Amino acid sequence: MALIDRIVSKALNKTVSPGDIVIVDIDAVYAQDGTAPLVIDAVEKELELKRKVAVERAFFFIDHSAPAPHVAAATVHKEMRRFAKEYGVRLFDVGYGISHQVVVEEGLVRPGMIVVGADSHTPTIGAIGVYATGVGSTDAAIAMMFGKLWLRVPETVKVMLCGSLARGVMSKDIALFILGEVKSDGMLGKAVEFRGEALKKLSIDSRMTLTNMCTEMSAESAIIPVDEVTRKWLTERGYNVFRDVEWDKEEGYVDELPVEVSKLEPLVAAPPDVDNVKSVNEVSSIEVDQVFIGSCTNGRLEDIEVAARILHNRRVKEGVRCIVAPASRKVYREALKRGYIDTLVEAGCVIAPPTCGPCVGAHMGLLASGEVAVATTNRNFPGRMGHRESKVYLASPAVAAASAIEGRIADPRKYLS
Amino acid sequence: MIVRGKCWKLGDNISTDHIISGKYKFEAIDNLNKMAVHVLEDVIPNFYKLVSKGDVIVAGKNFGKGSSREQAPRLLKLVGVGAIVAKSFAHIFYRNAINIGLPVVIAKVIPDVSETGDVIEVDVINGIVKNVTKGVEEKVAPYPKEILEILVSGGAIEYIKRWGGLLWSRSTE
Ligand code: SF4
Repeated sequence: MALIDRIVSKALNKTVSPGDIVIVDIDAVYAQDGTAPLVIDAVEKELELKRKVAVERAFFFIDHSAPAPHVAAATVHKEMRRFAKEYGVRLFDVGYGISHQVVVEEGLVRPGMIVVGADSHTPTIGAIGVYATGVGSTDAAIAMMFGKLWLRVPETVKVMLCGSLARGVMSKDIALFILGEVKSDGMLGKAVEFRGEALKKLSIDSRMTLTNMCTEMSAESAIIPVDEVTRKWLTERGYNVFRDVEWDKEEGYVDELPVEVSKLEPLVAAPPDVDNVKSVNEVSSIEVDQVFIGSCTNGRLEDIEVAARILHNRRVKEGVRCIVAPASRKVYREALKRGYIDTLVEAGCVIAPPTCGPCVGAHMGLLASGEVAVATTNRNFPGRMGHRESKVYLASPAVAAASAIEGRIADPRKYLS
Repeated sequence: MIVRGKCWKLGDNISTDHIISGKYKFEAIDNLNKMAVHVLEDVIPNFYKLVSKGDVIVAGKNFGKGSSREQAPRLLKLVGVGAIVAKSFAHIFYRNAINIGLPVVIAKVIPDVSETGDVIEVDVINGIVKNVTKGVEEKVAPYPKEILEILVSGGAIEYIKRWGGLLWSRSTE
């Protein structure tokens, strides 16, 4: 049995197989300011319920347009605060950070849990062994109010990561490489389970980038088993494993994809699609107007650290905006303590509050017609970060920082000796 | 539960943005009627006027990909679409469709043999899809009873309102 099958089997206390439709208790459920309005409508106007939520771990995040860039967002936020109070949903207000980052770092989700989020990148949290999937607002409303949902147990593809990453190559490059191979619908109807020796050297931060990008392959879920790295991370924070399954067995996959990570070089996904993957040197002549380092894909401490290392004693090129948005308040504070923020500000970066902001073209750095951005985010389709005629190249924070220095898409390896 | 209607043939990768462009998503969900005139507008102009109640969309792979906006299946149902038959569905769209009581059926053969205007019949309970015009019948995986109950009730919300809870909460309480 693949890991997700085992988590579901353990939760139900009976053996399940891929394709089975099951009804499970939802251990945690959340929505954000883009999807919460419909959750609220579903509960109040459609279900017409007026009682506390059934799930203890029910969360709202104000992260997409935070702080509110216009009155419409402010009104949504106000409604979320009211609903949260009345229904007993725990609210993470402006400034806390991006949902997927906060639930992991605050220990709100734990290995072995079954979690749904009204946000397509919910599989990100599978990096710590959670079975997580994205749902619509009606699902989120039902999960919150009744504590249960139906799920179809997905087939799992094992992605075997062999070798170890070279200097200047990050887990984002692994994800982009796989996307280039399997394409944007390569994992449709499936879950991805990462395995292999390369994981030993990948931190939780790096792993979350991997699971995050599986959404772009159309995967329903992504998961990384609890191993020594996870256990150490959990212990340091006083967190436990919620549902113990056999994390070590490798069996029950519909397919297997081996990836030799040692051979990878820095990559980018060129517009207009996430799977239009090229090596950084193939596109190094492309000039950039804006660099964005942040999002639930790459706004973590490790990402800010590598950007600070590259930009240390260097300058963002005249005419380029380099925006850095830590994924959460925790990440922000730690980056401040370690001096990364100071280094970045000195280099000419603009620091944004923890927010999705530019990733989804909501606020804080939209692109004008014809402008080009390098972003550490996960989507690059036309108009994602602003005008339909703007272009977004997806890359690792190392590539993003190097590009900020040169004003064109740049190989970070020369800055990391 | 049998859906019978005219076929609207679409290709692969019809996204939720094709179904209802993101520029209309700020309309409130109870304003669906306002949005309905835009449904599939860039793929089939005036679709909302041309479609008849019970018509069936027959599409290729990855139907409903992209954003998780729930307006997409709701609008298709609102304008009269009775079922969607496709080679595969994006996961969140598939869930959303079932939750609002719109049958979504995965079929291998029917999408290849069907053309717009053919008569399509979907037997939701027994898992049979027929192209009546072409005389082709395909057996598909039937829904588990839990999902069927949601579909025949007209969706999860309707189900809950009728029974005061979910099927599973009824059976365990
Ligand atoms: S950072 Fe971007 S991808 Fe992540 S949750 Fe926010 S909007 Fe979505």
